[in-house]
Amino acid sequence: MNRISLAGLSCLALILAACGGSDKADSKDNITVPKDPFPSTYAPYPNPSVFIANATIIDGTGALIEKGGLLIEDGKVSAIGKDLTAPGDAKVIDAAGRWVTPGIVDNHSHLGVYPSPGVSAHGDGNEISGPVTAEVWSEHGIWPQDPGFTRALAGGITSLQVLPGSANLFGGRGVTLKNVPSRTVQGMKFPGAPYTLKMACGENPKRVYGSGNYPGGSPYSRMGKVAGYRESWIRAADYKRKWEKYENEGGDAPMRDLELDTLKGVLDGDILVHMHCYRADEMAQVMDISKEFGYKVTAFHHAVESYKIADKLAEYGACSSMWADWWGFKMEAYDGIKENIPMVHKAGACAIVHSDSDIGIQRLNQEAAKAWADGKKIGINIPEEEAWQWLSLNPAKSLGIDGKTGSLVPGKMADVVVWSGNPFSVYTKADQVFVDGALMYDRSDAANRPVMDFELGQPGEGDLK
Amino acid sequence: MSVRHIASLIAVAACLALPVLAAPVAIVGGNVWTGTSQGTIPSGIVVIDKGRVVSVSKAGSPVPLEATVIDATGKWVSPGFISAFSRTGIVEVDAEDATDDTSAGSSDYSVALDAADGFNPDSTAVAVTRVEGVTRIVVAPEASSNLFAGQGFVADTSGGVDTEISRKAFLLISLGDHGAALAGGSRPAAWAQFRAALDDAGAYPARYFTGNDGTALGRADAEALGPAARGEQLILIEAHKASDLNAIMDFAAANPGLKIAIVGADEGWRVAPRLARSGIPVIVDAFSNLPASFEQLGATAENASRMMDAGVTIAISHLGDSSHQARLAVQVAGNAVANGMSHDDAMKALTTAPAEIFGLQGLGVIGPGARADIVVWDGDPLEITSNPDVVMIDGDVQSLTTRQTELRDRYLKLDERTRPLAYVKP
Repeated sequence: MNRISLAGLSCLALILAACGGSDKADSKDNITVPKDPFPSTYAPYPNPSVFIANATIIDGTGALIEKGGLLIEDGKVSAIGKDLTAPGDAKVIDAAGRWVTPGIVDNHSHLGVYPSPGVSAHGDGNEISGPVTAEVWSEHGIWPQDPGFTRALAGGITSLQVLPGSANLFGGRGVTLKNVPSRTVQGMKFPGAPYTLKMACGENPKRVYGSGNYPGGSPYSRMGKVAGYRESWIRAADYKRKWEKYENEGGDAPMRDLELDTLKGVLDGDILVHMHCYRADEMAQVMDISKEFGYKVTAFHHAVESYKIADKLAEYGACSSMWADWWGFKMEAYDGIKENIPMVHKAGACAIVHSDSDIGIQRLNQEAAKAWADGKKIGINIPEEEAWQWLSLNPAKSLGIDGKTGSLVPGKMADVVVWSGNPFSVYTKADQVFVDGALMYDRSDAANRPVMDFELGQPGEGDLK
Repeated sequence: MSVRHIASLIAVAACLALPVLAAPVAIVGGNVWTGTSQGTIPSGIVVIDKGRVVSVSKAGSPVPLEATVIDATGKWVSPGFISAFSRTGIVEVDAEDATDDTSAGSSDYSVALDAADGFNPDSTAVAVTRVEGVTRIVVAPEASSNLFAGQGFVADTSGGVDTEISRKAFLLISLGDHGAALAGGSRPAAWAQFRAALDDAGAYPARYFTGNDGTALGRADAEALGPAARGEQLILIEAHKASDLNAIMDFAAANPGLKIAIVGADEGWRVAPRLARSGIPVIVDAFSNLPASFEQLGATAENASRMMDAGVTIAISHLGDSSHQARLAVQVAGNAVANGMSHDDAMKALTTAPAEIFGLQGLGVIGPGARADIVVWDGDPLEITSNPDVVMIDGDVQSLTTRQTELRDRYLKLDERTRPLAYVKP
């Protein structure tokens, strides 16, 4: 997983270097591709110092601290441990009997691109104009007023990846957000998070294009899909060579191509590949394709059959983003089992609990708890504090943001959830959710529960009035 | 055995001779949630014989000498849960049309569509649902050619070729956005179709002697609507919006002879007192808390508990994916507790309430004379980390093996050094 972190950091450096960049030449002769034309405007909200005392703390790295303290200062985790005392200026939260965890990171959401209400006007998650649309970016389809963001916040989600759908072989770029309401998408973008690329295996692309109802003409089969991936990577490699030639030797700059910009970003190691893939045999072939073209699949999503090739996934180093128990809705989900997540974990591969659902995202802790218990039932005993990595650190790694969030390590963003009890219980709820140390949700205080524009003046007005 | 397939509500109540253990069985030492006036009995003793509960008693009560004892010390014992609304067993793989008998948009028929004709007890989802402690499934077709989805049924989850099926347990109709679209494009169109269809049923068979055309229904559908139109069959109506729920209650008030229940009701809390007064029960999904459509703007996670508090009879189901994930009703019920419902009420919403709504006598409780659908859990049944250790249907201990556990057990033995995994048969 270190490799992924490094990729994220190097990407960050590139993004920062390109800050304020544009299509225009930096110097007289030098044309560059802007890496960040829609820069994040997110900034943490005021975050007075907070000391959470007497809590059962899952620190996110695999450790459990009983009767522990967590100090948040300047929006960062400042100190964590057993024998801490609150500085005089810190607001103290007595969390006796309660649990504290890192905020949950959902690396598979369609909030904003398939928002509530699910009206036709809001269906902005699949660009079904052709099977290869690496040129589209999910952030351009996000409606930041989706009430789903607020429900996810109430479930302890502090960061999330919004992905394009799975109709296309190359669905477009994904984006990582801080789960803080904003008037604009830029106001939610996780600062410095690398871009991602959504790709899709399996039934969906061939169902969409094989039906003949949409342009593109292919794929009709899994054969056509693999050919589609390879043809695109060949073009991307050629594009990359042209840019490198230009950068090294000068001459006329290559013509910009939005689609190939994204694919080149993958080949350069700047953009992380997140691939929707259910079947074990398809994942194995995709790993070979990635080796052929010199990129890496960061995470397979849904990965319903990861338990069949958990050894191969561990060896390759891909994460599996999984549901606890979804199955049967299509053939490639027919072999879903409840122990997929613990079996992947046990094999030493990177396991992630994801939602792909505006309902599931509200209780990912329960999804992890089910998988944890189902593993335990067959003798796969994983401590709860270790299993929490499925919810925070591992998804953060898959998004290249694990250096900043995903665990309660001093210096990291104070993305923190105070739970009413053990979060592996169905009866437990998020009491308070901090994002960068700012209290963004408080179950007991309506003033700290956001309501999106759409819900104002409507009967519900934000779930719990 | 064919008697089991005769369409009749009476069959549900009848004592059918399912295979049972020869000797009595005593489940001893568990925390027994009875669903009766006996409440919850710590370290209780449940004696079962010939498919029925014989006695439910406190610790220390005598256990029949000849009884086979199931030690439930430290465990919970509950009635088998009833999935109050599902499509389990009528679709194998949703995306594969040939395996999907839930709907028939191109059919000439609607009311007469009998979901039981599509039920396959071998469907993998039946066993997958059973091993989660669900012993009975209420199965509904899906409205597709007009607002009438057709006839629903109740089955056990034994998965056997002799599965007990109670056909035509209810008629499902859709009156929300979905029903409006199917009826021609509006709620007025849906209500016009519904009323005209009831007229057709009332005029059956006389007006059909000379032809096959009613105002809204053909001969077969008009005939099939008869029992519901006469108040002999439950009419289950899908609707969410408060104004739709009021319209249904207006209709019920004007037609007091009809038996009506509602499924969905995401805005039910807004009209909860009236629902309670009307005596109309509701099947609800406590996960549903998003303004997912313009008929669900008032959705809240507290909907179920608010309606329960108002005195509405509430059954809980997982309406999101009710074919393969009907089992999640248990998790939904746990979430209802997290959002204000009492544990006892949430248990009732999985047991006594659906039994009451669908007239399933002897089910949903553990009491003398009750049918022995019983589950022994390794913890609190509503807790997501709990799982069943024993599932009993009519006194018969059920297999906890499913296609999923077979796959799991094969891949737990992942070692292909000498032979491919295809030779590993769990």
